[in-house]
Formats: sequence, structure tokens, C-alpha cells
Amino acid sequence: MAKASKLLIYALLVAGAALFVLPFAWMVLTALKPIDQTLSRPHEWLPRRFEAALAGQVLEVHPGGPVTEPSLWVLQSGVRRPVVVSEASVWDGLWHPAIGAPVPVQLLKRVPASVSQPWIEVSDLSGQATDVIKASSLRSRVSFRWENFPLAIRSMRHFSRYLANTLILCLLNVMGTVLSSAMVAYGFSRLEWRGREWLFGLLLSTMMIPFPVVMVPLYGLFRSLGMVGTLQPLWVGSFFANAFSVFLLRQFFRTIPRDLSEAARIDGCGEFRIFWQIILPLCTPALIVVGLFTFLGAWNDYLGPLIYLTDERDFTLALGLDAIKSSESGATEWPYLMAASTLIILPVIALFFVAQRRFVEGIALTGIKG
Amino acid sequence: MTPGDRKRTFVGLAFISPWLLGFLVFTAYPVCASLYYSFCDYDVLSRPVWVGLLNYQDMVSDGVFWQSVRNTLEFNLMALPLGLVSALTLALLLNQPVRMRGTFRAIYYLPSLVPAVAGAMVWLWILNGRLGLLNQALEALGVSSPPQWLVDPKWTKPSLALVSLWGCGNTVVIYLAALQGVPQSLLEASMIDGASAMRRLVHVTLPAISPVIYFNLLIGIIGGLQVFTSAFIMMGGAGPERSVLFYAIYIYQNAFEYRHMGYASAMAWVLCMLILVLTLLASRISRRFVHYQG
Repeated sequence: MAKASKLLIYALLVAGAALFVLPFAWMVLTALKPIDQTLSRPHEWLPRRFEAALAGQVLEVHPGGPVTEPSLWVLQSGVRRPVVVSEASVWDGLWHPAIGAPVPVQLLKRVPASVSQPWIEVSDLSGQATDVIKASSLRSRVSFRWENFPLAIRSMRHFSRYLANTLILCLLNVMGTVLSSAMVAYGFSRLEWRGREWLFGLLLSTMMIPFPVVMVPLYGLFRSLGMVGTLQPLWVGSFFANAFSVFLLRQFFRTIPRDLSEAARIDGCGEFRIFWQIILPLCTPALIVVGLFTFLGAWNDYLGPLIYLTDERDFTLALGLDAIKSSESGATEWPYLMAASTLIILPVIALFFVAQRRFVEGIALTGIKG
Repeated sequence: MTPGDRKRTFVGLAFISPWLLGFLVFTAYPVCASLYYSFCDYDVLSRPVWVGLLNYQDMVSDGVFWQSVRNTLEFNLMALPLGLVSALTLALLLNQPVRMRGTFRAIYYLPSLVPAVAGAMVWLWILNGRLGLLNQALEALGVSSPPQWLVDPKWTKPSLALVSLWGCGNTVVIYLAALQGVPQSLLEASMIDGASAMRRLVHVTLPAISPVIYFNLLIGIIGGLQVFTSAFIMMGGAGPERSVLFYAIYIYQNAFEYRHMGYASAMAWVLCMLILVLTLLASRISRRFVHYQG
């Protein structure tokens, strides 16, 4: 291949990869930032901590609003927090606000600020100690705010319950789907019987039915069984196999030589034992693929929990994450939202790297043979 | 039937019994029930009341229904070709003899695994009008007033198309597997005949993988007509001026927010019919373009 075109291919691949990775990078970097930094423009890539000398020691601070005109830092009597007021609005020991009566104030500090030499209000993280300092004396250094992760977990009030619910659903769905689909796939691939092809066609055709068609009656069914508001509607169905998994496993089962089953049958082995002790162990890779996809489906599911779960304490992680977004009043706390998102994505990514080959094989299998 | 036949059928049915039972309870019954509900006034709390074709007639005169149809079609006309072409392009690039193919493939594939909720949060932040990464980048490039992606009804659908594009890695992997199955002998023969890279692509590679292109198109249509989660989470339902009130979202709202379960069922059946018609149409058209080997 010509060198130029090879270079072009690499350039395109790298550019594409950069665009695909960028949202992840932005998410993680935001998760490690202080809130102030996400609300200011222009945005910086790297998380920082701001520090200033406050009450005699160097502390981490929240930078506040800049001061760009000659001002005074004054304390009103009866008020705990000092404020910055324009120099021109104070005379005779009284502050003359734009609206309202003059207020007696105590001068704490002169702030000879200008547009070219701005000062800045700072407060420590608890908001107790405050000061006005030269903007140039505000120090910052690159630092990752790992404490955002526990804080994000705390902001999802029932995080441990969400996690437990999600894991329970994943476990039950994986168990149910793998066991039942393997059994059904065995019946459709390794046994010869009348009506098999016809029923398999029926199974495949159920994949075409859009979910909204069955959504309402299923809800009514689970409601009449008293299961709405519990986790049950989200896993019960998995124990009755699903078309996609059966199809995938059947493809795999068919590749195992017939003679193996015949030999076992001649030795007087029952059909269930052949399935359980001979065929299943040989099909572990395919079972793992089905298990992986089922796990991800349960971990990522949003619509199911949205329909069936009513009490906030029964939510899954997906719903819990959505809830902290919608419960934000006013400014969204992006670092916490991104930290929580990172926590939910992380297990998926870890799983992918552990089982990368299986994923790719599984996807390719469904695509090519479909 | 001989006794042996009967026994074999019995054993076979025993093995598929989980599915058979599930099919009756979780598919066959709901399908019939929802067809019945679609002719009823039904709110789950009380018994359904037969109203004949009323739900279907209401649909014709329901402006919001038509808006949801338009939104869904407009979104898919944008997102579907964009996704399919991008995925195919990436797969063709990956199919070249490049180093670190596995790494690239992993990078393209990963976003498609990300939970939709988490992905939606990340994109809410990237597309944020004032503070988002995208607009800050555009401003740095000299765009003075970049679009308000999530607020301006003109831009909400392209925003969601962008989000769905991020998840096209699944399709990339399917295409790549298909490309690796293209017979080397065909490519070599055309090379000896002096065909250029472009001609090899159009006359050998694309026809050889046409069944997979067709498969991806079908899956894309079926999934695209049911698009729900990212729009629902990012725009809180219908979005500004109902610009992302997609068909599935309107079904959900009718069913679980307004408790018009009968109307929701009727809409679901229209969707089912639409999918059926589009699938048949696609298979009719595909006959001219799709080549099956062997």
C-alpha cells in the first residue's frame, strides 16, 4: 500500500478514536473537579485546587466574585459575613446602599482594586472564613478531587440499596436466562422431533414484536399479581428463556458432534443428563457470552425499572442516577453527576476488558449468522 | 406417529417448556390482550370498556400523535444513515492491515456498552449551552453564537443523533466481522484484473457484505422507530416544543402518565404494523441489492 494512504488511514483511525474517547475523558476529568471550576468559563481541562492564605494559614478556598473597582471590605453590625462594597458608597462610617436606609459598618480592609489589578473574594470550604485578596495571590495547582466520589455516593441517598437492587437483578437475570435458554436451545438443536422447526420459527418471530405492544398488558398482569413496586417483574420473565439467547446458544450447540450424544445414549444416559453433564460443560464459552449480554442488559436497563419501580428505595442505579439529575434545584452539580456516571460505567468497562474476546465473538456471531 | 416419535416429541417439548410457558404468558397473552385493549377505553384500575375504533380514529385527529410520527421519522432519516455510513467507514478503515487493530476496535466498541442513563448524563454536560465542551470548543474556533443544543427545538434532534452516533461501535464490530469474511480470492482476482481500490470496494467488498448491511439496516429501522431512553432522560420527555416527543415516548406518556392504556395499545399496534410494512418493503428492495453467497 502506498505510504501516503497508509498514513491517511492511521490519521482517520486516531481522529475517530479520539472523538470516541473524548466523552469518557471529559466525564472523568469533570468528576475530579471542584464545582466552582465547572461553572466558570473558559473551561480548563485539568482539575485544580485553589489556595490562598486565609486566617494566617494556606487553605483550600472557593474563589468568589472578582472585584474590579476601588472598594471596601466592611462588616455590618449584627451580620456575621463581611461584604465588599464600592468605596464611593461609604462615608461618615455609614454604608449607603442603592436601596434602603444607610447602615453603620465597620471597615475591615481597603480594596484598591481596578480592572487591570482585580481582587477576589475567597472563602474556605466550609464558608466560615472569608477574605478579599489580590487575584494574583490566589494560587492554584493541578489536583484530583477524589473525595467527589464519596460525596456523589452520598448525594444518591440510597446508593447502597440501588447497588444491591441492581446486583440482585443482574444475578437473577443471568441465572434465569442462562439456565432456561440453554435448556430450550438444547431442545431446538440436539433433539429431533416433530414440530421443532415450526416452533423455532415461532420463537424467532417473537423477536419482531416491538416492546410497546406487550408493555401495557404485561404491566396489567404484574399489577394484578401484586408485583408492581417490587423487583419481581424485572427478573421473573428471564426464567422463561428469550429468543435472542436461545438463538445464539442453538448456533453453538449445533457445532458439537452428534456422535457424542449418541454414544451417551447407547450407554443408557438420560437426555437431561446428556444436556447437563456433557453438552453444557462443552458450551461454557457460549454460556458466558449469553451471561455477559444478560448482565449488561440488566445493569443498563432503564425503561423496565422506570415502569415497575415506584418507591425511591427500590430503585436501581440507573434510576437513582436519573433521580439525582432531576432533583437538582438550580445549578446542576456536574462533578457529582459525572462521578456517579463514572461509577456506573466503570464495572461495564472492567467487564469488557476482562472478557473482550467473548464480546466481539458474540456480536459477530449474532450479526453474521442472523 | 410411532411410540418412539411420540416419546421424542414429548422430550423435545419438555426441554423447550420454559420458553413455551413464557411464550404463552409473556408474549401470546399480552399480544392478544393489547389488541383487545386497543379497541377499549382502559386505565388499568377499572375494567376495559369496548369503544370500537375510537382510539384509532382519535389518532388520526390527534395533532400530538402526528408530531410524534414526524419527529421519529425526521430523527431516523438523520441518525440512521449517519450511523450506518460512519460504522461502515470505521469498519473499512479497521479492516486495513493496521497495527493495534484490537485497541481501536475496543475504543470504538466501548461507548455502545455504556448504560444509556450514564451516557445521557455525559452528553447533557457536553452539549450544555453555556458551559458544555462542544460549545466552548466551537467558541474557541470562532463560532460567535453556537447552537443551544438541548434548548433550541431546531437542534435537539441533531443532538440526539450525535449521541446515538457515539454508540455505533456495535455496528462497527458486526461490519468488521463481515469484512473479514470477504473471500480473499475474489479481491486478489480483481486486483490482478487491475481494478482500483475504489472499484474493488464497490464491485467486490460491498456486494459481498450486502446481507450484513441489510441486516444492520433492518435492526436500525426496528430500533430507531422505538427510540426512547436517551431522549426521555436528556430532555425529560417531550423536549422543547415537543421536538423530541418520539413515538415510543408518546406511547409511554399515554400509558403511564395519562393512563390512556387503550390509546397507548392502539399506538403500539400501529407501530407494529409500520415495522412490518417497512420490513417487507426493505426485503422487497433488498432483493435487487443483496447478494447471498452459496
